[in-house]
Amino acid sequence: MTSATLDRAPLSHARLPRFAPFFVLGVAIVVSVLLGLLLGWNYATMAIIADLLFLAALPAWSALLEGRRAATDRFVTALIWSMFAVVCVPLVWVIAEVIRKGAPKLTGHFLSTSMRNVPVGVGAPGGVLNSIEGTLLITLFAAIIAIPLGLLTAIYLVEYGRGSRLARIITFLVDVMTGIPSIVAGLFALALFVLIFGPAVQMGFEGSVALSLLMTPTVVRSSEEMLRLVPTDLREASYALGVPKWRTILKVVVPTSIGGIVTGIMLAISRVIGETAPLMVLLTYNPGMNGNVFSGPMGTLPTFIFNQYHTPEPPPRVPLGTLVQPPSASVGRMWAAALVLILIVMILNLVARVVGKIFAPKTGR
Amino acid sequence: MAKSIDVRDVSIYYGEFKAVEDVSMTVRAKSVTAFIGPSGCGKSTFLRTLNRMHEVIPGARVEGTVTLDGQDLYASSVDPVEVRRRVGMVFQRPNPFPTMSIYENVLAGSRLNSKRLKKADADEIVERSLRGANLWNEVRDRLGKPGMGLSGGQQQRLCIARAIAVEPEVLLMDEPCSALDPISTAAIEDLIHELKSDYTIVIVTHNMQQAARVSDDTGFFNLRGAGKPGHLVEFNATKTMFTNPENEATEAYISGRFG
Repeated sequence: MTSATLDRAPLSHARLPRFAPFFVLGVAIVVSVLLGLLLGWNYATMAIIADLLFLAALPAWSALLEGRRAATDRFVTALIWSMFAVVCVPLVWVIAEVIRKGAPKLTGHFLSTSMRNVPVGVGAPGGVLNSIEGTLLITLFAAIIAIPLGLLTAIYLVEYGRGSRLARIITFLVDVMTGIPSIVAGLFALALFVLIFGPAVQMGFEGSVALSLLMTPTVVRSSEEMLRLVPTDLREASYALGVPKWRTILKVVVPTSIGGIVTGIMLAISRVIGETAPLMVLLTYNPGMNGNVFSGPMGTLPTFIFNQYHTPEPPPRVPLGTLVQPPSASVGRMWAAALVLILIVMILNLVARVVGKIFAPKTGR
Repeated sequence: MAKSIDVRDVSIYYGEFKAVEDVSMTVRAKSVTAFIGPSGCGKSTFLRTLNRMHEVIPGARVEGTVTLDGQDLYASSVDPVEVRRRVGMVFQRPNPFPTMSIYENVLAGSRLNSKRLKKADADEIVERSLRGANLWNEVRDRLGKPGMGLSGGQQQRLCIARAIAVEPEVLLMDEPCSALDPISTAAIEDLIHELKSDYTIVIVTHNMQQAARVSDDTGFFNLRGAGKPGHLVEFNATKTMFTNPENEATEAYISGRFG
């Protein structure tokens, strides 16, 4: 290659100041708001226009000063940040809305009473204790079924199956299972229990079976990934010490990946704990406490929320002449119950994090 | 305690592929035997057949006999797990168990097999093994810390300590220094010299100087060509190998002229 064909760029370039992206974003927002006020846009339009201005202005400025490659970099970086903001909108919105509407109704009384004998039409706060109990018990029993089943399947797939025909069939079936609509799982559990106990059967355990069907493939998949991450070196090190395979799996492979496995299991639980459709198919809502998953209907948080929304109690009667009609007590209960559900999932996730941290391989000095 | 290994007409297959062909040799007790040869010639594969570690790979099988002091390792009544308790192994990359402390790593051989040990006995095994691996002075104050926190060379010596803690009769080393700096390498070579008084050691190495420095006997493996099985070209006392090899190919390889 001759030097003539190589158009060497200089090594040093002008750079935009560090605050450039923030500066451009600020200007874009100001311009967009001013334009919006003039032309009467709403907030969403203003935000979109501000973002578009930002996406155009920053690369343009960069192209003038820094060159084409840096401008592309700026553009893609700005685009990714915009997308990140867009993705965050629904999350923040949902949480803010649930907290705003649910938090005022979330009292000690609400958490510690059931819905039995709650007077109708007087704006009574009601309670979710029965629903919390039902949700936790049904999910617990679903986990008791799904975790051993899923974990053992994953261990078979990674440690024993390894490309055998049976392992391929199982992997395929697990994939199919992942795609089962939850309502189908509910119908399956219904059919199963009706077959065994007759058509009038009502027990929380039906719900557990349906939820475990939804949970198992998630547990299998996540545990499988985690077990695969354990280096072969560690297995060999263990074998070379004269440790049998089953002990190697139990004491080296699983402990090494336990952090990830626990996280995966917690995610699977979070996925099924808010599942509504199968529980609605299987169980009539029980406003009272029922601590026995093997007998009688149970209330759960998702079905409680659905019931309060679908068949709200009439709004409280007010004396003639009152200007503002207070809303039905069901509205507040619904939001507060949603907040409780979110909190339960969040607590589970935090617990998973802590457990994962405790078990994670240690690298400190 | 140390034992000799007798290998007769061993061929190793991965499925249909013949990886190593017709190897016969005698590894003397309480000596260091080194295997040298180009990459892919089956040194490591052959080493693994000495404690049946190759069986971890699906489809791998062995023809011929390997006897440890008269006992056929491949007899149908022999449990591979038992073989590996007698014939320990140290790997190319240091692989301490990440979930365990230094102390637990050394005791892994008994802990993983759920052997009950008195605290005093356990402490004694840990200290003896770590001293044996020349690591005691460096880690005595932090036995409870994770084994992964050590440097590469220390990790490798920890792995050696772990291997000798179960008191094997033979110690196999698969390029134990290839991931280490010269100082750690020197430490491990010193260690091999010391271990020789108690153990039979077989070491695979790419470093000819290392083979010359540490070993008593040397085996040279080579390939006849791409896709052909590896074979043992020459097996001789290290001195003879490096000064006056019988085989021309050996001389070419050792002196750096290939083919």
